[in-house]
Amino acid sequence: MLRDGWVPVNDLNVGAVWYNARLMGALRVPAVEVDHVVKAYASKLAVDDVSFSVNMGEVFGLIGPNGAGKTTTIRMMMDVIKPDSGRVAVLGEKLSEASKNRLGYLPEERGLYKKQRVMDSIVYLASLKGVDRATAEPRARELLSRAGMLGSSGRKTDELSKGMAQIVQFIVTIVHDPDLVVLDEPFAALDPVNTELIKEMFLRLRDEGKAVVLSTHQMNQVEELCDRILMIDDGRAVLYGGLGEIKARYAGHSVIVDADGVPAQVPGVAETHEHRGYRELVLTEGTSPQQVLQRIVGAGATVRRFEVATPSLNEIFLRVAGKRGQDAASVAP
Amino acid sequence: MGKTRLVLRHEFVTTVRRVGFIILTLSLPVVALLGIGIFQIISGAAKPPPEMTRIGYVDEAGGFDRFTDQRTVVLKTFASQAAATDALVRKEIKEFIVIPADFVGTGVVQRYALQREVTPPPATLTAIGNFLTGNLLAGQVSDNVITRVQTPPNLVTTILTPSGTVAPEQGGIQNFIVPALFGLMLALSIIFSSTYVLQGLGEEKENRLMEILLSSVSTRELVVGKVLGIGAAGLAQVIVWAVTSPFILGLATSSIGGIFNAIQVPGTFWLLAVLYFVMGYLLYAVVMAGVAAVSTTIREGQSIAGFLTIFAVAPFWFVSLLILKPDSPLWVVLSLFPPMAPVLVMLRIGLTGVPAWQLAASLAIMALAIVLGLLVAARLLRTYVLMYGKRPTLGQIIRGLRAS
Repeated sequence: MLRDGWVPVNDLNVGAVWYNARLMGALRVPAVEVDHVVKAYASKLAVDDVSFSVNMGEVFGLIGPNGAGKTTTIRMMMDVIKPDSGRVAVLGEKLSEASKNRLGYLPEERGLYKKQRVMDSIVYLASLKGVDRATAEPRARELLSRAGMLGSSGRKTDELSKGMAQIVQFIVTIVHDPDLVVLDEPFAALDPVNTELIKEMFLRLRDEGKAVVLSTHQMNQVEELCDRILMIDDGRAVLYGGLGEIKARYAGHSVIVDADGVPAQVPGVAETHEHRGYRELVLTEGTSPQQVLQRIVGAGATVRRFEVATPSLNEIFLRVAGKRGQDAASVAP
Repeated sequence: MGKTRLVLRHEFVTTVRRVGFIILTLSLPVVALLGIGIFQIISGAAKPPPEMTRIGYVDEAGGFDRFTDQRTVVLKTFASQAAATDALVRKEIKEFIVIPADFVGTGVVQRYALQREVTPPPATLTAIGNFLTGNLLAGQVSDNVITRVQTPPNLVTTILTPSGTVAPEQGGIQNFIVPALFGLMLALSIIFSSTYVLQGLGEEKENRLMEILLSSVSTRELVVGKVLGIGAAGLAQVIVWAVTSPFILGLATSSIGGIFNAIQVPGTFWLLAVLYFVMGYLLYAVVMAGVAAVSTTIREGQSIAGFLTIFAVAPFWFVSLLILKPDSPLWVVLSLFPPMAPVLVMLRIGLTGVPAWQLAASLAIMALAIVLGLLVAARLLRTYVLMYGKRPTLGQIIRGLRAS
């Protein structure tokens, strides 16, 4: 059912898509709303009461170790599998065959028609998203050109390298100009050059106001690309929110210092840990980093680097996952 | 329906471009033309030379002196066996026979030849037989009677309708040839086309395209589009055969003659052929879609499919029994069994008059089986399409279907 003031969307009604997208942005309708979804396979609970939302114009990271439940969560979002309970809304409504045209999905298990030419594959899969050949082909040419692969448009897919095939799969995902793009492990098996290419292409989507959901277990990619994250472990949501906010939440009370002439005893410093190229100073309660900096500089030290220590996402994950493991062990009989 | 149409068109175009499809489509006309060509070459090469065959005979019984000119064979008398042997050695004659004095009582004639052979050539046998019977009957009956004794009767059968008028379809082998050939091609077409459905879905599963497709179309749109698209290609194949067969039959009649002159195609045959092709194909196609859903690889799916398609060709194993008793209750029951119905009914149409109620019942049961098969296949596809690497057991599949 349409909300008040909305215009019905059909395959050819581009104006309605644009209008609704603007309306959605104005109303701050989330691109994705997942509400207490549960999915079990046989006796294993793959996703256990997970809730989150993704906003338009952001890159949202769905992170966690292998087997945590990320792909199952995405498949429920994409209506490929049904949740046992809970609710999923995509682009403001329950996913329908019509609204599937506004999604771009790059699954973890992905491929192409091996014996089909690159352009034919792209055009056919775009047609299933409601885009005709006349629209899809120039757009495909533009994207292939941007990836430096225009010359390969007439080649059969099984003649492409694995990396090139992955670029084509990504182009298939975005050729119909979707409002929501879901990428499950998009950088797997990609070399650094192609990784940068994909990053550049999907950050451009974000800049155009589209929502991007990025599922990966590579934490460094998430730190670099995501605005907000949901961390899943063993089917449960363990961390959710803005990246900066989460890092601040898990920041320890310590500073990183790379300097010569730092006195052995600095007032307000409880412990010192030496590392290669820097030392970490753990501050006593009530001491601020600014006070410690003043004391070091005041003691005549030459400071090359001074920063408040924030844990990496990887460290936060290990801390959270480790704590959950300990909790589980402590309650075990 | 919009996305179903897109899948349908894609599958049709992909299928008609397959090398295997093109070869199978062209095979019937090409093989038939080759057959006609080979027949003409062989028959041209095997034509008897114009020279006459000379056969000697020694008449110890007496009275065998007429009818010595038997078309391509000329019989020459010799006074003794020694004289005939000399002529044989000198190759004046090809062989000779001795008609003993007690021939009429025993029927034994001794034959002498230089070359070994499995049996005497039919032309020689006929010539000697006609020479002997002609001389035995000469003067006792008219020449016409002699001719009738030498030439067997030609049994011409006319089938009447229950009201006593001449039936429009006279049956016989000439009525069976086209349905039998078409039944064979129908079985092949059904098997090949439905195997394309298995291959298509199998490839999409194996190439990890299924999840991408299902983010755009529903499982039902995918299965229906695929089945109809490949089916349309299969139907085009059958139409090519149907259109070319009158031309080929005409060519065969003019060049080979014989049985081809008398070939008849039962009145409603082509209509029923198309109907049974469509129904047979749809049935096997939805079954193959289900097989593809639960198989982990195309090869695994093909091994299961190989077992299932046995039913399509099974009627040919029992064709001799079918010819003897085409209306046996066993065949009637099996005509209602959907996997065997398409080919079995085609063969029975060529052999006997299949009652309309049997045709209607078999088509209705097939239609029910197709609808049920489609629902099950779509459900299996949705459940197992993302299961890579392990095949569910039959028990798991049944439990899964009950649960959904």
